[in-house]
Amino acid sequence: MLEQQLVNALTLGSVYALFSLGFTLVFGVLEVINLSHGAMFMAGSFAAMTVVTRFKAPLAVGILAAMLVSGLLGLAIDALILKRLRARHAPHLIPMIATIGATTVLTSAAQGLFGVEVQRFPDELLSTREFIFGSVHVRALELAIVGISFLLMTTLFLVLRHTRQGRALRAIAESPKAAALLGVNVEGLFMATSFTAAALGGVAGLLIGLNFNSVTPLMGQPILHKGIAVVILGGMGDIRGALFGGLFLGFAEVLSKAYLSSQMGDAVAFGLLFLILLVRPAGLFGRVLERKA
Amino acid sequence: MNRATKHLLFAAAGLLAISAVAGDLKIGVAEALTGGAAQYGVPIRNGFQLAADEINAKGGINGNKLVLVIEDEQGKKEEAINVFKKLIFQDKVLMIFGPTLSNSMFAAGPVANAAKVVAFGTSNTANGISEMGPYIFRNSVMESDVLPVTVSTAVKHYKIKKVAVIYGNDDAFTKSGYDVFKKVLEDQKIPVTTTETYVKGDVDFKAQLTKIKATNPDAVICSGLAEEAATLMVQARGLGLKVPFIGGNGFNSPKLFEVSKTAGEGTFVGSPWANTNPTPANQHFVEAYRAKYGSEPNQFAAQAFDAMTIAAAALKTVKVTGNLANDREALHAALPKVAISGATGPFKFRQSVGKDGKLAGYDADQKPFIYVIREGKFVLFTGK
Repeated sequence: MLEQQLVNALTLGSVYALFSLGFTLVFGVLEVINLSHGAMFMAGSFAAMTVVTRFKAPLAVGILAAMLVSGLLGLAIDALILKRLRARHAPHLIPMIATIGATTVLTSAAQGLFGVEVQRFPDELLSTREFIFGSVHVRALELAIVGISFLLMTTLFLVLRHTRQGRALRAIAESPKAAALLGVNVEGLFMATSFTAAALGGVAGLLIGLNFNSVTPLMGQPILHKGIAVVILGGMGDIRGALFGGLFLGFAEVLSKAYLSSQMGDAVAFGLLFLILLVRPAGLFGRVLERKA
Repeated sequence: MNRATKHLLFAAAGLLAISAVAGDLKIGVAEALTGGAAQYGVPIRNGFQLAADEINAKGGINGNKLVLVIEDEQGKKEEAINVFKKLIFQDKVLMIFGPTLSNSMFAAGPVANAAKVVAFGTSNTANGISEMGPYIFRNSVMESDVLPVTVSTAVKHYKIKKVAVIYGNDDAFTKSGYDVFKKVLEDQKIPVTTTETYVKGDVDFKAQLTKIKATNPDAVICSGLAEEAATLMVQARGLGLKVPFIGGNGFNSPKLFEVSKTAGEGTFVGSPWANTNPTPANQHFVEAYRAKYGSEPNQFAAQAFDAMTIAAAALKTVKVTGNLANDREALHAALPKVAISGATGPFKFRQSVGKDGKLAGYDADQKPFIYVIREGKFVLFTGK
């Protein structure tokens, strides 16, 4: 049973990590807790579902549609809301509240467009192939989610470390003003970050929607709560933090359900989160928060 | 509202009053036609309308026509009380059907009981509804009547020795289903290997299912809504948990198969109504409903259809005098004696006992249908 539970934890943890990736990216660069990330997640799922069911497009096109639609929505939220707030030097709380508003608008729009009922992907898309190793069962889709999470995370990590744009982004994360003085196109990179983060959210939504074969306008909400925990745990804005935070939450949840009680899953996961933050207030990979003071 | 509209409304009300001629039998219908509970309330209203139209087309009851006064109680307690008061005191109906939800019946039922007007629920399954007073009736079968039969039938068929249980513990409906299952398992002395829970919005049940699999049960009992139950069964099969499921009332939805496809194979479910029940009464109902509304009827429409048939049978034995209080009382006295065979099968009432030990209202005395899922469809279980 333990082997299976570890696999269960790995897939659940990867789901959390995948979701948190874009979420933490926006925080790292823009220093905004973008609560509309759950809506990006949902929009990606619906976009992919629409092109594969209405236009009978292959899944690859669905993935592109998810990235594009969510990315553009993220860009729109940046241009319409976040940019204006940046220009006014609004305190941190304001963009957070504003993105709650954006979420409400987007979920209501989705409810109006697609209805409140759960939508399903067509059967032929859903690979039912599964692998059995001894007593452990894993579906192909679950392996894909684990693989894609790690792949996207590594790519993002390397881009931030080793490319010019990555260095510019890290410079912005240190200080937008100093970066601008050095000739970095700060606004442009802010927009690019918003697009990328939302596109990542859209892909996460599609993969998770496929895995559980359930797409609803409100699907972003429960995972947003977990995502916030992951990002705080991993260290706000840290890519490795999203991975380890996600996996930590997945393992804590599954193992406490397995060996304590299924009522205790969230209680144990969030209890541990609390304990870790007592010891490391900045999260697993977080930097010292007082630097700017 | 300005004065002119007010006058207009009064005039309209006057016209309506005149159009309801002396021989009309006014029946109040208070159901949730908007809001979340409308998914139940609308088929219920359709069921009533279908039955009433058929009765009127055949010449009414002793020459009198049935007139339905339909009101939307929105699935809200306060609105149910308002609508009940309007129907009783303003529209002066003989009796009221509804409201849709048990919660609303607990709020509005006492109003009808105090006014000595029958309140007849067709979809209220909570415990304690009919205990509120002698004027409260229902033909909806309670889970505590359905689940013992479902469990004992499945246990006998699969020779089940021990079961695992999983349920949603943050939803009143699935939790109350679990409570009934728990009692049934105790009564039938079936050991439980483990009891697992999940919460609304969960989509990953693998941790709980892996645990269930390790305890090696002969079946899994699940009190959940169709959406969750379907995902749960798919994941169970994915983990190699092959034992059959036994479902609560939440399984009674075609939605179950949209996701689960064949994962639910062999699942046992109990229901007060079977769409494939071949009796002429049921086949007639299913066809007439389809023809009139262009959609498939469900359990709620069937129970409403039967409820109207029950009321009509009672009214047939009542001599309507035009004295409202006397007519209401005569109908109240006639109802418990009715026994029909309708879309939901043979039906009669069973009087319940209130908390004070006195005889109170009336529950359904009816056998549930047991279904088994075969090839992604509900099939009436016939013992094989």
